[in-house]
Amino acid sequence: MSQLYRLNKDGYINRDKKISFVFNGKKYFGYEGDTLASALLANGVHLIGRSYKYHRPRGLFGAGVDEPNAKVQLYRGTETEPNANVTEVELVEGLVAKSQNCWPSVYFDFGAINNFLNKFFPAGFYYKTFMWPKNFWYKVYEPIIRKIAGLGVAPLTPDKDRYEHKYEHCDVLVVGSGPSGLGSALSAGKNGARVILAEDKPRFGGSLLTDEVTIGNKKGNEWANEVILQLKSMPNVTVKNRSQVFGYYDHNMMVMFERTKDHVENPKKFTPRQRLWYIRAKEIIISTGSIERPLVFANNDRPGILLASAAKEYMKVYGVLVGNKPIIFTNNDSAYETAIEFKKNGINPIIVDTRESSDNSVVKEAKNLNIEIKFSCGLANTRGYRRVNLATIGKFNSDKSGYEKLENISCDCVCVSGNWTPTIHLSSQSGNKLKYNDALNAFIPNQQKQNETTIGSAKGSMTLKQSLEEGFSKGFELSNKITNNNLKNTAPTSNERNYGQHDKFWCMPLPKKKNYKRFVDFQNDVAVSDIELAIREGFRSIEHIKRYTTLGMATDQGKTSNLNGLQLVSNIERKIVPEVGHTTFRPPYTPVTIGTIVGREVGKHYRPTRKSPMHEWHEKNNAVFVDAGLWLRPRYYKQEKETLLEASTREAINVRKNVGVCDVTSLGKIDIKGPDSAEFLNRVYTNAWMKLPIGKARYGVMLREDGIVFDDGTTTRIAENHYHMTTTTAQAVNVLAHLEYYLQVVWSELNVNVVSTTEQWAGAALAGPNSRNLLSKLFPENDVSNENFPFMGYMESELFGVPARIFRISFSGELAYEINVQSSYGIFMWEKIIELGQEMNIEPYGTEALSTLRIEMGHVAGSEIDGRTISYDLSLEGMLSKKKDFIGKRSLIREAFTNPKREKIVGLIPLDQKTMIPEGSHLVKDGNATLPNPKLGHVSASCWSAEYNNPFSLAILQDGKNKIGEKLFAVSPLKNRNIAVEVVSSHYVDPKGERVRS
Amino acid sequence: MLEIKCPYCGKRSQNEFSYGGDANLKRPELGKEVSDKVWDDFVYYRSNPKGKHSELWHHVSGCRQWFKVSRNTATHEIFKTSKLDEEL
Ligand SMILES: [Zn+2]
Repeated sequence: MSQLYRLNKDGYINRDKKISFVFNGKKYFGYEGDTLASALLANGVHLIGRSYKYHRPRGLFGAGVDEPNAKVQLYRGTETEPNANVTEVELVEGLVAKSQNCWPSVYFDFGAINNFLNKFFPAGFYYKTFMWPKNFWYKVYEPIIRKIAGLGVAPLTPDKDRYEHKYEHCDVLVVGSGPSGLGSALSAGKNGARVILAEDKPRFGGSLLTDEVTIGNKKGNEWANEVILQLKSMPNVTVKNRSQVFGYYDHNMMVMFERTKDHVENPKKFTPRQRLWYIRAKEIIISTGSIERPLVFANNDRPGILLASAAKEYMKVYGVLVGNKPIIFTNNDSAYETAIEFKKNGINPIIVDTRESSDNSVVKEAKNLNIEIKFSCGLANTRGYRRVNLATIGKFNSDKSGYEKLENISCDCVCVSGNWTPTIHLSSQSGNKLKYNDALNAFIPNQQKQNETTIGSAKGSMTLKQSLEEGFSKGFELSNKITNNNLKNTAPTSNERNYGQHDKFWCMPLPKKKNYKRFVDFQNDVAVSDIELAIREGFRSIEHIKRYTTLGMATDQGKTSNLNGLQLVSNIERKIVPEVGHTTFRPPYTPVTIGTIVGREVGKHYRPTRKSPMHEWHEKNNAVFVDAGLWLRPRYYKQEKETLLEASTREAINVRKNVGVCDVTSLGKIDIKGPDSAEFLNRVYTNAWMKLPIGKARYGVMLREDGIVFDDGTTTRIAENHYHMTTTTAQAVNVLAHLEYYLQVVWSELNVNVVSTTEQWAGAALAGPNSRNLLSKLFPENDVSNENFPFMGYMESELFGVPARIFRISFSGELAYEINVQSSYGIFMWEKIIELGQEMNIEPYGTEALSTLRIEMGHVAGSEIDGRTISYDLSLEGMLSKKKDFIGKRSLIREAFTNPKREKIVGLIPLDQKTMIPEGSHLVKDGNATLPNPKLGHVSASCWSAEYNNPFSLAILQDGKNKIGEKLFAVSPLKNRNIAVEVVSSHYVDPKGERVRS
Repeated sequence: MLEIKCPYCGKRSQNEFSYGGDANLKRPELGKEVSDKVWDDFVYYRSNPKGKHSELWHHVSGCRQWFKVSRNTATHEIFKTSKLDEEL
């Protein structure tokens, strides 16, 4: 069986290239240029899937992005994609698609029993039915609902495709390539503006592809073709098809996705699948056209019932008949075009028109072609389970509240038209205040908020003449605001059929005593009765009715259903539509893949990775890395089968016994210069800085204005007006911004400049009793004795010819030095240190050992400077100068900060000397008390003491100063631990600080 | 995404900037005694106007200069941007 419904003429498909594809396990053929939808219809396949709630058979309803029903699961090799819109999937060789939301098959779907149980599925059924018993929701109801409701199946493997982002600027962005869009792009382009023209479909031209019109002396589609060729030849114009502008954001930022790969049979290896464009345009022309509205009648959702414009598009663009026995059901003139098109292809349609009469030219033309027209009639019902096969046509009574007589006519498709809805999504997203247009029974753009101009049928200008004129004049006007070239183009003359007024009657009465479903929203199975029920139950706001019934909330976002829903509410409530208002239009206009939004920022590329110049050495020496902000730092250097604890303990012991070297490049470094530098530091830090001698370093603590500790580090006076500040790795970026704020905004009178030099210096910390010996080997020319180079000293020297800065500072609490050289010499420095340190048993140590060393010394770090602690809490109150003011000082006299029972940093040792206390444990008086058990403090950091070979922790404890020696419990419900602990001083090792000065 | 004109670099997208709050905020003078109310107003209290607002922005991924922006908080319209020592 092959393509029985394919015409042998018409369409823009290539009949010379056959393409095979598989749908629900069966092989079919289509042609190059088909969509999956047109190829299925060519083969007579209407039944595509099952509806969301009732599992009713559903077929194709549209031909573009408005399609509510036909969503399928696609398979490409090992990849799968759910919810693909059949009308947008272009046919490529080997395409495999399957119906979704049905089991075991689309022909026999077990879930269709819901259709017969529909009493249990009224509006708001989730809220009503599954409330009791309470715990049934998670265990019973939700899993069942998830199985029977829902769409496709999410892929389980990582997406192998590549997605890209692109930023672009232009003068005029034109969205949509129908007659108005083409006219404006041409007119703006010829006037010298930088133009981007975006079309979501593969083919340009919009309605010109299907309408029998002439422009100038050419057929509409030929004119469109010519304009596109002309635009493509202009260097200032970019023309993009398969590109959907889906979001309008602030300051004319438009977001568009371009489909670049799926339609290509043999894509190149690195072709991205989709590309996301961020376009900042000076002027936006919205020429997005309009979408046909359905009519609402009993059983209006059967396969074979579709929009009249879609039926015409399948004939004119793809050369496909949607049926051989069509009924055209309309309340306006435009659907007559579809009937005429059928007739031209030798098919005899029957037109059912809700109006009493119409004598516009297109109607006369239909009459002249002997097409049967039934005026004052509507569809009272339809039949046919998997495809419509019978229509019940009713002659209206005088007020159209019912039918005078019914007549059954067999058919194989019904083409419906309830007039046109301007596509105003982007205009509305821009902030445009919409207004209701009575003639159209639809909303159109009104008051602009941004530089956005809507033209053509998107604005309600329904004739070709108007569209072309608006296109050419707005294209010139808006481009001229930018280019001032005054190169004006006028619209060509055109010829089209005339349409008259549509019947504002669109919701058909039910036949007597019948309660058939009349669907408003096909995808979410929302029927007239659901909206009536919501209103009976007291829902009034359209936003509430929408959420209660789920009207317009499916993946098609109600493109065909929103307006009918609104009008229904306005009818029932006896309000006019503008009073009911409309729901909010939000981006994206059509679904966008997550991959496209993410782009290249996947996995490790989510953010930049910063590596020290010694990174490769660490890698070669079995470093296990840890993320420290953006930096990768060695956590420990693994030897054989060591665990983290074994390795870090070995490294820490070696520092305490011999000497270790640690890569400290990631520490923030800020160069400070200027005559007021000392004064500035004096204001930024809590301690005194005016008298720091040249060649000396000092430890400092910074506060925020609210008194909370912000960061700590050492700053060294390099020269009279030159300082070198270090910050923690974590706060480096914030500290620089903080300093810039005070220098530029608050104290602009200070003559100081700051600049980050973090990346310019490579840093290595030497720590341990042998570090001086090692330093003397590295700098044999310098006197590094304790007398000449005391604690907190600084000197500049050369490391075998490489300029170096040496600081005698210590984080580990041992005798220690820090050497900085230009980043490019980092590896040279590191290898020299390792080489000359061999005889002193040097070992590199990572952040875990560094942590152990600082914890048992009681030095604070990020886990204590946690945005909640003040200097007192960290036992840094001795550094609060009484003589001068500084950032945050005024806050320290607030009541809570002067409470003598405030938290204080303490040390903890488990009574059994064995059990590690989990970080984050709460400290309580009684470990077995019933909840709520009052919390006295928390454990901030834990280690296995290298010095004493038992666990040790730091904690922030209420009234900690007076609790030394007490026994408490550290409880961690997360880890199910309850550990008896003794409170000790936080300075566990070398409490007098003798080693650093030795 | 807003488009903000840095007075030093020109128009750039919002993702190059960070927000710095009320541009009219005055830090109490250093070393001067101030009441709890004055201090709390400075540290904590901000008005949240609907409409025109003078605010600070920092061109973090650019020239690293702080500058002033007059913006409508309801519509995001930016009326003017200026250097710190210029009238907004
Ligand atoms: Zn800038």
